[in-house]
Parts: sequence; structure tokens; C-alpha cells
Amino acid sequence: MKLEIITSGVIVVFIAAFAYVSSFGDHEWGGADSQAEDVISQLTGGTYQPWFNSIYTPPSQEIESLLFALQAAIGSLIIGYFLGYYRALAKMKAAATATEQEGESNA
Amino acid sequence: MMHIMEGFLPHPWWEIWFALSLPVVAYGIFRMNQIIKERRETLPLLAVSGAFIFVLSSLKMPSVTGSCSHPTGTGMGAIIFGPWITSVMAMIVLIYQAVFLAHGGLTTLGANTFSLGIAGPVVGYFVYKLAMKSGLNLYVAVFLAAMLADWATYIVTSIQLALAFPAASGGVLASFEAFAAVFAITQVPLAIVEGAVTALMFKYIVQLRSDVLLRMNVVSPGTIKSLKEA
Repeated sequence: MKLEIITSGVIVVFIAAFAYVSSFGDHEWGGADSQAEDVISQLTGGTYQPWFNSIYTPPSQEIESLLFALQAAIGSLIIGYFLGYYRALAKMKAAATATEQEGESNA
Repeated sequence: MMHIMEGFLPHPWWEIWFALSLPVVAYGIFRMNQIIKERRETLPLLAVSGAFIFVLSSLKMPSVTGSCSHPTGTGMGAIIFGPWITSVMAMIVLIYQAVFLAHGGLTTLGANTFSLGIAGPVVGYFVYKLAMKSGLNLYVAVFLAAMLADWATYIVTSIQLALAFPAASGGVLASFEAFAAVFAITQVPLAIVEGAVTALMFKYIVQLRSDVLLRMNVVSPGTIKSLKEA
């Protein structure tokens, strides 16, 4: 349980830091990569043009977040499936050995 | 967000990073096939490690700098399967994001695979080995490895951009400072969270499949014994 508490604590501090920073000033919460884009245009005096464009761009924010959510959902599904499978397996094994031992002691 | 965007690495840099990444991924595919054939019992853990990268790299999280970035999730794969195999899983995630999400890019795939799939996992792998050798608690070792793998990824991204866009005055070093100010600082809180979450995930794997971890030489029997007693 200890590690669960520590990890939850870290996440709470992370959220608190976000709330604290949000509480003052004006933040866009944009992506760090678009900020890097600004740095590039500063360094090159705005002359750099990307020489290749994405072959497909999600037509709207909604569709982009759908695809990101899909990515997370697929990943979570796989993790949940295998951890659940192993958990049940371990339980059944423990139960099987318990009945075996019981049988031996009854014999 | 961390990936270098489509079209944002000029010639010759995008070719250079492809040249460095592709052999590693190719050898990683070879190693992955080997492990799938010879150690089938590790297959579910391979799936879980890949899925972990999938989940974490989809989460855009706000940082104290007022901008968003995302964790990498590569630490766990690096610890269990090593950097070669992790580079393959990272590249798959990057291709998904480049093709469907306009996030990262196909021309910058080589550079992004290098930072996310190679540099980060290599750092994570060695930090883990070093931490275990120096007798740290297993979960502290996992925490440090995952956190530093995450952070190293963004340091390398900053280096890649700095090399491609040296500042007129101050050169590569000055532009590295500018890029690191964006990427590396934003990433610090995220890297800490990623380390903690990875350690927790690792705990569940130790509880459920310590036999596989033992066979892969990720942990020693003594470590497992002391954890189970605790």
C-alpha cells in the first residue's frame, strides 16, 4: 500500500502545482512543441519554413482528442487485460494448492 | 509535447538521425523476434510495456511553466527488455502519432525515435542497473530510471534542435539553452510523475510475474525474497 500512497501523493502535488500556477498570470497551456517553433523562428529570424507537411491532420480539435483518447484506451485495455488475467491466475493457483493440502491432511 | 514536428528538421539532420536510428530499430526487431520465439512467456509483459508507452505518450499534461508536454513511458520497457526492443515499441507509437495525429512527423521520425526510443531507454537501462548495483530499493531504482529516461529524451530533443538551428551569436550552445528552457524545464514535474507511476506499475508486475523478471535477469532472487517478506 505504501507505494500507492506515495504515487498518489506525487500526483496530488502535481495537480496542486498546476492549480497554483493557473491561479495567477496568463498561461496558454499550449504544447511545448509549438513553443519550440517560436524559438526556431526567433533563431532563424522567421525565415525557416517546414519543408514537409503532415500527410494527415485531424480536421478538428474534437477529432484529434478522439484519436488521442483512442490511443490511451487501447493501451489501458491491454494493460488491464493482462494484469487482471495474471491476478486471477495467481488466485486460482493459490486456491488449487490450498485444496490439495487440505486433501493431503484429510487423507 | 515533445516530438519534433513534421518538416522541422532541415537537411542533413533528418537524414543523420534516420541513419542513427534505423540500425538500432532493425536490431531491435531481430531481438524482439528472438524473444517472441524463444521466450513466449514474456509476450504479455512485452505487450504491457508497449501499451504503457501508448498510454503515457497520449497524455498531454500541464506543467508549472504554463505549457503542456507528455511523459514517455519508455522506462519500463527499457528496464525489462532493454533499449533495443524498446526502440521498436517507441517507433510504433511515433508512427501512429505522426500518421493519425499530425503529432511529430514522418520526416522527423528518425530524430524522434532516437530521442524517445534510444536515448531515453539507454539512460533508463543504465540508471536502473547502476541503482540496483549500489543496493537501492527496487522501486527507487525504477523511479530513478523512468524519471531520468523521460528527462533525457527531452534533453536530446533540445540537442537535436540546437544542432539543426544554431544561434547566430553563441552557436549551438546558445540555441540549446533556448530549446532546453522550453523542453527540459517543462518536463521536470512530468518526469517525476512518470517515475512514480512507473514504479507503481512495476510493483504490480513484481507481484504477478516475478518469475518472468527473474528469468530475464531484471531482478535477483534475493531482491524478490526481501520484497515479498516486507
